[in-house]
Amino acid sequence: MGRSGLTLRPAAASAIRHHGRETYPHECCGALIGLGGLVTAALALPNTTDDGPRRRFLVRPNDYQAAERHAAELEAGLLGFYHSHPDAPARPSRYDLEHAWPVFSYVIIGVDGGDPGQMTSWRLRNDRSAFDEEQLIEADPDEDAGV
Amino acid sequence: MATKILIPTPLRGYTGNQEEVEATGSTVGELLANLASEHTELRKHLYGEDGSLRNFVNIYVNDDDIRYLEKEQTPVTDDDTVSIIPSVAGGSGR
Repeated sequence: MGRSGLTLRPAAASAIRHHGRETYPHECCGALIGLGGLVTAALALPNTTDDGPRRRFLVRPNDYQAAERHAAELEAGLLGFYHSHPDAPARPSRYDLEHAWPVFSYVIIGVDGGDPGQMTSWRLRNDRSAFDEEQLIEADPDEDAGV
Repeated sequence: MATKILIPTPLRGYTGNQEEVEATGSTVGELLANLASEHTELRKHLYGEDGSLRNFVNIYVNDDDIRYLEKEQTPVTDDDTVSIIPSVAGGSGR
């Protein structure tokens, strides 16, 4: 639980932006897969909410389990989840807070008029009272080669 | 004897980083209550302030969601495996 900050491999950051653009004006969601605070893959998952996908997302248990299996196949783990906020700030909402799991990183990308914008990352405090923003770094593309 | 409980990634830090733990109880409700007594930091992540299971916490007995069985009254035996499986929800709107 002690890691601080999250680093996205360029391919993962690109996949999140692409997904946010693709699903606009609906929210996209997916899993962050990697090890030790380094996200090596962003796995797109279906937004299965019944509450209106412009303002909500839901990853159901079967998709969660599929993400865990995918991570295991990559000999990695689940580091968290990402979702988009269409035409809304890349900051967690009260709804995000109420539904958050501990330990996981929650990456939020603002998508303004269809254009992916700011990306932030957040982690739930242990007492569930708030999120704390964590440093989000996009790795140098040159470091992507050969990994 | 006790029933095996599979712990999901975000909660393993509260069970000594174990993926599997054991607890005793004749129903899912008893089992989870005993689990939360043993690992007290789990409680606030499993249960809401009203004492009921949070709606994004899914409990399966073997392959079956307890919502479609007898919910927390679902009986369990030592031969069952109970899984805690997250739903992940959020979004910009209230």
